Amino acid sequence: MLKDITLGQYFPIESPIHSLDPRVKILLTFAFITGVFCVNSLWGFVAVAIFVLFTVFLSKVSLVTVIKGIKPVLFLIVFTALINLFMTNGKIAQIGGVQLRAGFLKITEEGIYSAVLMSLRLMFLVVGTSLLTLTTSPIHLTDGIEKLLSPFAKIGVPASELAMMMTIALRFIPTLLEETDKIMKAQMARGADFESGNIINRARSLIPVLVPLFISSFRRADELAVAMECRCYRGGKGRTRLNELKMGIRDLVAALTVAVLVAAVFVINMYL
Amino acid sequence: MIEIQNLTYSYEPAEDKVGGLILNGINLVVGKGEFVAVLGRNGSGKSTLAKHINAILLPVGGYVMVNNMDTRDEEKVWDIRQSAAMVFQNPDNQIVATVVEEDVAFAAENLGVPSAEIRERVDYALQAVGMSKFRKSAPHLLSGGQKQRIAIAGVIAMKPDIIVFDEPTAMLDPVGRKEVMKTIGILNKEYGITIVMITHNMDEAVCADRIVVIDGGRIIVDDYPRNVFSNVDKMRQLGLDVPQATQIAFNLKKAGIDIRSDILDEKECVEELMKICR
Repeated sequence: MLKDITLGQYFPIESPIHSLDPRVKILLTFAFITGVFCVNSLWGFVAVAIFVLFTVFLSKVSLVTVIKGIKPVLFLIVFTALINLFMTNGKIAQIGGVQLRAGFLKITEEGIYSAVLMSLRLMFLVVGTSLLTLTTSPIHLTDGIEKLLSPFAKIGVPASELAMMMTIALRFIPTLLEETDKIMKAQMARGADFESGNIINRARSLIPVLVPLFISSFRRADELAVAMECRCYRGGKGRTRLNELKMGIRDLVAALTVAVLVAAVFVINMYL
Repeated sequence: MIEIQNLTYSYEPAEDKVGGLILNGINLVVGKGEFVAVLGRNGSGKSTLAKHINAILLPVGGYVMVNNMDTRDEEKVWDIRQSAAMVFQNPDNQIVATVVEEDVAFAAENLGVPSAEIRERVDYALQAVGMSKFRKSAPHLLSGGQKQRIAIAGVIAMKPDIIVFDEPTAMLDPVGRKEVMKTIGILNKEYGITIVMITHNMDEAVCADRIVVIDGGRIIVDDYPRNVFSNVDKMRQLGLDVPQATQIAFNLKKAGIDIRSDILDEKECVEELMKICR
């Protein structure tokens, strides 16, 4: 059971969005984020919404899955909306001639407007970035980050070492999960109780699990280092790759689409 | 080819006392294409010896030559590790990548081999260990024996002349053991790779052409498996077992039955017993 966990939220299907070059996808996500931050009217969000819906459709990931991604940050969105709603100065809003004001709390027309814009902005940010992780496997993501960072290697950014670390971390997550499970069972067999008591007691009962887990992780790291040396690992310099990343026409089309979106956002900002 | 001359090693370099020496004057020559099994009780220094063959450890005294390269020569260290590969006990701690073919490619990537050739080498290596079907699998979903074969494929992609195995089957179940031993046999016989295998399992040691027994940092026995195991008393004295079949023959002989004492495996044992029963 533990072995079958999926890493991250990657959706392993084939689609035009999945097959984009990870470098392009990462950069375009950044462009999208910048675009969303620049939007200052509802019409701008209409353009963004059309783009997002189109991308989700192409990626063959179900809309429900994408929207579920908002859940963890829902609190943040509501909180921001409320702050905007109550704290913006301006003309007090009225409903049927009644002014919306109680003590020091007041709701202004500008407040309503900026609360809506802010919520939409945060929602689209989350949806946009989770589209990246939904359609890119961790390995490709790592490769993409490595390649994007590699120009900075000259000023001392250890790009390929960072990528190697991420790969190894990903590789060992299932192994260590399995080991944790084994240790917990072993401790349970000796009478350890992980389920009762308050939070502090429960945290304390995890110590006999964490200590052996740490020790064995260090041992693993040591053995892995020797095994890597035996396979001639000497840092990122001079390494080649089995699967080199290649950009194609598809990536160009994607870049143009995002460029059109960003341009549209600016035009709408200026004229509407 | 491996040539070891008067090798000494100690984990505490400051003390040059004889008592602190893990290896104490090892002389060993392994020829091209040989299959040598190294036996010895715990702490006898066999793993330490193995790590000298690809320059993970460097000799305190004496020298180790691999394909005429001295392991003390720092410039040659990567060439040595490429020609003398090493496979360890726990496959989980040797696999680096999250996809089988990426892991097999790891060593070739480190050597700076061009992409297209890496692809060829990966195919070749997976073929050699019979794991071609699993190229896209995640390593953590494979069985122990399969993982170990991936680890072996990972070093074959370097195209080594020699592979040193440090107890490659110790963590595996019987099925996994069989798979790995079969693979090692194929690498030796069909691919002509020199094998040095450290093992605790006597039935595996029988597969070798030659057996070296280490005790107290010295080589005590260096002979054909048949000669080594027929001397049951001496093996016992060195804290080692003999294969089960040899043991049966030994016990029968002791009980006064006229049977050969140099029986190595089940098949021979059965044949001999049939002869006696007739």
